[in-house]
Amino acid sequence: MARGILVATNQNGGRVRRVAYEMVSLAQTLAPGAVTALTFGAEAEKTAPELGRFGADQVVALNAPPYQQYSSDGFALAVQAVVERLDPEAVFFPATAWGKDLAPRVAGLLKAGLASDCIEVHRREDGRLGAVRPVYAGKAFATVAIESPRALFSIRPNIQAVTTHDRAGALLDVNLDVDASQFQAVVVDVKAQASDKPELTEADIIVSGGRGIKAAENFRVLEDLADALGAALGSSRPVADEGWVPHSYHIGQTGKVVSPTVYFAVGISGAIQHLAGISGSKYIVAINNDPDAPIFKAANYGIVGDLFQVVPALAAEIRRIKQEA
Amino acid sequence: MPDTATQIRVQPGEPRIQTDGIKWVMNPYDEFALEEGLRLKERFGGEVVVVALGPTRVEEAIRQGLAMGADRAVHIVTDAATDLDPWTVAQALAQACQAEGYDLIFTGKQAVDDDQAQVGPLVAVALGLPQITVVIQLTVDPEGRRVRAERELEGASEIVEAPMPVVITAQRGLNEPRYPTLPNIMKAKRKEVKAVPFADLGIQSSPLVRVESLTLPPARPAAKILTGDPAETARELARLLHEEAHVI
Repeated sequence: MARGILVATNQNGGRVRRVAYEMVSLAQTLAPGAVTALTFGAEAEKTAPELGRFGADQVVALNAPPYQQYSSDGFALAVQAVVERLDPEAVFFPATAWGKDLAPRVAGLLKAGLASDCIEVHRREDGRLGAVRPVYAGKAFATVAIESPRALFSIRPNIQAVTTHDRAGALLDVNLDVDASQFQAVVVDVKAQASDKPELTEADIIVSGGRGIKAAENFRVLEDLADALGAALGSSRPVADEGWVPHSYHIGQTGKVVSPTVYFAVGISGAIQHLAGISGSKYIVAINNDPDAPIFKAANYGIVGDLFQVVPALAAEIRRIKQEA
Repeated sequence: MPDTATQIRVQPGEPRIQTDGIKWVMNPYDEFALEEGLRLKERFGGEVVVVALGPTRVEEAIRQGLAMGADRAVHIVTDAATDLDPWTVAQALAQACQAEGYDLIFTGKQAVDDDQAQVGPLVAVALGLPQITVVIQLTVDPEGRRVRAERELEGASEIVEAPMPVVITAQRGLNEPRYPTLPNIMKAKRKEVKAVPFADLGIQSSPLVRVESLTLPPARPAAKILTGDPAETARELARLLHEEAHVI
């Protein structure tokens, strides 16, 4: 009988993304005492204490040379081998570039059902795991059941509070019979973008600009607010299409779908595709000079006014509050 | 799939959306996928075949693909497309790819309806091919039978190399898809579209993933909208975020 949850995560120099802690915390609530984290790459074993603290009972660290360069087909074989060894009832992946590449590949190998980008995983009445996931970029939510014996889920960042536990995250040695010379698609280089800002899909606060910004150089006004808040920067689609910001800033149905605690929509009118992409935000704050802009209907708070006057004043006020705190 | 401007309404009591009045379009990410195939054909020669699965209305998207410059198409016809899960769809598409032959297989990074982002990698698994997903730049070496692709990560990107054949899933930024010209739209009407009934493929369509219910997001409480002096409204907003919402 399959038991427990395997949580697959990537890591870099012993550090994992926050979503890894969110996943092991969630797994611990669903399968207490039976959570195994699976990490890859050099120094993967260093992730064990922290993954343990957040909910992993054991940690498998595949730190041998074949696992030091990501390969979708290669890593999928490794996950398959670990699954066959540990026989978990479910496997979690982060719904990140890494997890969304790997999870369907593993699903195909295991012939298991996968629910992508879940915002909730729950124990159903029949004892099995089910999930809720956005469709149409968040215009609707689907409750899904997995019909295969084993269930796979990719978990959206920022949807689960982390909890700490008093456990060590014992390292579990697993010898895999995986032939690394068979790995086909292999990463040969990583190009990091120089930025001190948090990543959009994991950000707690996002400051996003639309056509109301009027010109590329005016984005500085938003950067200052983002600095004051420790926020990530995003944009509506027209702003990215104009080339004022890179495509990676674009939030919406055909861009990034985000779920921050606070989303500041500045000079964004609120096209339906954009509203879909931000519907997972806890609070939406709109700043726009058009009182009839659709964004105000989606917002929790709003200011009708000239963003070039409001935003600097807001940044100053936030700095003052933070200083006093 | 439904145009992204569509307001989604749920069919009461059913796990599906209301489809009356919807404008159906080609998946936007599939346009990037097709465009990349066309550019490679223009550079290196060869043939671009569109493979699509869905009801009769999908023929419109197929004709768009042919008008953009694809040579011919295979249409796997089923009225139950929305009830098929990614693995079933992938097996059907893989069968068609197998029948037609391929050097490269392109698809969008995800469909903008169910957003599962699974079919590309599952086609790769079904055919025993490697995959590179969410690609924003691609270089193909037809002699060496290898590709080099840049794929988007969170705040970064990575370069992946793989042997051909390989499945590539396309992300916005890969290229700028062309608009079909009128003469090409006329020409597309005469191009071959092979219709294959899904039932003829002999694929067992018991789903691994089943949608049980579909709901709309809860409405947000009415917004607090501030008007007036910029400095005063900014101060009040900061206070509300600090003292009421407790988020700063």
